[in-house]
Amino acid sequence: MTTTGVDASGGAGTPAPPDGGEPVVSVRGLAKRYGDVTAVAGIDFDVMPGETFGFLGPNGAGKSTTINMLCTLVTPTGGSATVAGHDVVARRHQVRRNIGLVFQDTTLDSYLTAERNLQFHAELYGVPKSVVDDRIHQVLDMVGLWERRGSLVRTFSGGMQRRLEIARGLLHSPRVLFLDEPTVGLDPQTRSSIWDYINELKRREEITIFLTTHYMDEAEHCDRIAIIDNGRIVVLDSPDVLKASVGKDRVQLHTADDSAAIKALKERFGIAAAIHEGAVTFAVPGGEQFVPRLFAELGVPIQAVSVARPSLDDVFMSYTGTTIRDAEASSTDQMRAFVAAFRGRR
Amino acid sequence: MTVQPAVTTPTVVGVRVPEGGMRQDLRAVKVVWQRELIRFKSDRARMLTSLLQPVLYLFVLGTGLSALAAGGAGGVNLRTFMFPGVLSMALLFTAAFSAGSIVWDREFGFLREMLVAPVRRGAIVIGKCLGGATVAAGQGVVFLTLAGLVHVPYTPVLMLTLVAELLLLAFTLTAFGLMAAARIRSMQSFMAVVQMFLLPMFFLSGALYPLSNLPTWLRVLTRIDPLTYAVDPMRRAVFAHLDIPPAAQRVLNPGVTWFGWRVPTMVELALVLVMGLVMLGIAMAEFSRTE
Repeated sequence: MTTTGVDASGGAGTPAPPDGGEPVVSVRGLAKRYGDVTAVAGIDFDVMPGETFGFLGPNGAGKSTTINMLCTLVTPTGGSATVAGHDVVARRHQVRRNIGLVFQDTTLDSYLTAERNLQFHAELYGVPKSVVDDRIHQVLDMVGLWERRGSLVRTFSGGMQRRLEIARGLLHSPRVLFLDEPTVGLDPQTRSSIWDYINELKRREEITIFLTTHYMDEAEHCDRIAIIDNGRIVVLDSPDVLKASVGKDRVQLHTADDSAAIKALKERFGIAAAIHEGAVTFAVPGGEQFVPRLFAELGVPIQAVSVARPSLDDVFMSYTGTTIRDAEASSTDQMRAFVAAFRGRR
Repeated sequence: MTVQPAVTTPTVVGVRVPEGGMRQDLRAVKVVWQRELIRFKSDRARMLTSLLQPVLYLFVLGTGLSALAAGGAGGVNLRTFMFPGVLSMALLFTAAFSAGSIVWDREFGFLREMLVAPVRRGAIVIGKCLGGATVAAGQGVVFLTLAGLVHVPYTPVLMLTLVAELLLLAFTLTAFGLMAAARIRSMQSFMAVVQMFLLPMFFLSGALYPLSNLPTWLRVLTRIDPLTYAVDPMRRAVFAHLDIPPAAQRVLNPGVTWFGWRVPTMVELALVLVMGLVMLGIAMAEFSRTE
C-alpha cells in the first residue's frame, strides 16, 4: 500500500483548527529518551482553544509519555512545550493550575464517597469555599452521578468510576482537560456513553480536550487527530481529510482457497492482498465497480465479499503499513525492552 | 446508558485556581493527613492484625519467659519490664507500612492525582508523614490501654509522657518508611527492605532485655540502633512510676550509656527527632525530583 500525501490546507467540509488565536498547547521538537530507548522522537503540533485533539496510536507508541510531559509529570529530554501559555518545565506550577488530567487507570479513593473524592480534590486545588459546593453539584450533574454522590466509589462500575474521574478533572475549571485512554477497559456500550458525556461537557464548558486513544472509532470524535507510531507523528489532520486521503475502498473476500486468491489478485490485477481478520483484504479505488471484474476474472470461487468506505483503520494502515492491532502485537516486545531499560535506571 | 438532560444547571460555575503558596501547601498537608486517617479507619482488619503481634509478645512470650525466670527479674514482673519495649513494637510496623502505601499509591492511586496538583511535593510528603505518625501513635495508644494488665499504673503524667514519646517515635518511623519508599518502586521490595531493617532494630533496641551486663559487641550494636533511644525514655518513664528496689533499677533500667556517660532523656529524644527530620528531608528531596 502506498502512502498518499495529505493536503494540509484541508479538503471540503474539513473542520480546520478552530481559529481562536493563540494555541493552548504548543509543542516543538518534544522528545523523551529513557537510556537507549526513544519513547518520543521529536514531535511538533499545536492545539487551538476549544478543540478536541486526539493522539491515535498503538500501545507503546509514545502517547502516554507525551501526555505525561505535557502534564509536567515527566521532564522532556529534548524540545519544548507550552500549555496554557506556560512552559511545561520552567513554569510547571502554572501549567498545573490550568490543566485537568484523567489517568489511564483509576486514581480514585475507593473507600471514600464520590463527593468526598471531589472535596479532597477541590481542597488540593484551593477551589474557593464559596463555589465549591455549586461546582461539585455541577460536575456531578454533568456526568450523571449527582444522585450517587453519597455512595462509596468501590460500589461504582468501571464506567461510573471513569465518569467520576472526568468530573474530578473538570472540577477546578481547567483550560485543558487531558484524557489518557478515557475508555480503555470498558465495554462498547459504556464507551459510547462516556463519549456522550464528553460531548455534553464540551457543549457546556469552554474547554480544550487532549486525548489519547488506540480505538479508531473514538478518534472520530476528535476535531483533529495525530497518528503516532514509534514516537513520531506520522500524519495530522481532521478525520475526514485523513479518510479522503486514502482514496481507496477496503474489500474483504471469503474464498474457497485464500492463498490461491491472494496469488491470483497479485498476478491478474497487480494488487497486494493480505489476510486480516480472517479474510483476504485489500484496498482498491472504486471498490464497488471492481467487484464484478473480480467475479469474472479471479478464477477462485468467491463465497462472500464486502466493500467498505475507508475507515480510520485504513488511514492508519496506509500511513504506517500495518493495522493498529498488528502494531500492538509487535510493540509488545518493544514495551518489554522499554520497561527493562526503565527499571535498569534505578 | 444515556445522558440525562441536566435538570438544574443554570450557569457554569467558574473556578479560578489560586496561585500557589504557603496556604495552598498547608491545605495539601491537611488533605493528605486527613485521607490517611480515613483510610486507616476504614480498614478495621489492619487495625486489629497490627495489634496482634505486640499482644502475642507481651502476654504469650512474656508469660512463658516469666515461668523460666520465676522471681528472677529482681522481683519485677517480666511483662511489666517488657511493656515499654512492646509498646514501641505496636507502632513499628504500622508506621513503616502506612508510609509504604505511598509506593502503591504512586503507581496506581491518589498520589498520582496529587502529583499533578499545583502544590509542592514536599507538602504531600509531610502530610503523609504526619498521617502515618498519627495512625501509628493511635495504634500505640490503643495498646497503652492494656497497661493495667501488666501492673503499669494509669497515672496521667505517665500516660501523657508515653503518648508524647509514642508520637515522636511514630513520626521518625514513618519518616524512615517514606525515605525507603522514595526509592523503591515495587511493594514487594519495599516490604522486604523494611522487614530487613525493622526486625534487627527491634531486637537490638533493648525492648525485650535490659541494656546492662551485655557483651561488648551487643552493647555496641544496641548503642547504634536508633530505636534504643526511643525505647529507653519510655522505660525510664514507666520505671519512675513503679516502686522498685534500687538494685533492680540498676539492672533493669540502666539507661543508655556512652563510654560510661548516661545519656539524658532529652538528648535521647532529641536524637530521635533529628533522625526523623533528616529522613523526612531526604524523602522530600527524593519525591520532588521528576523523571
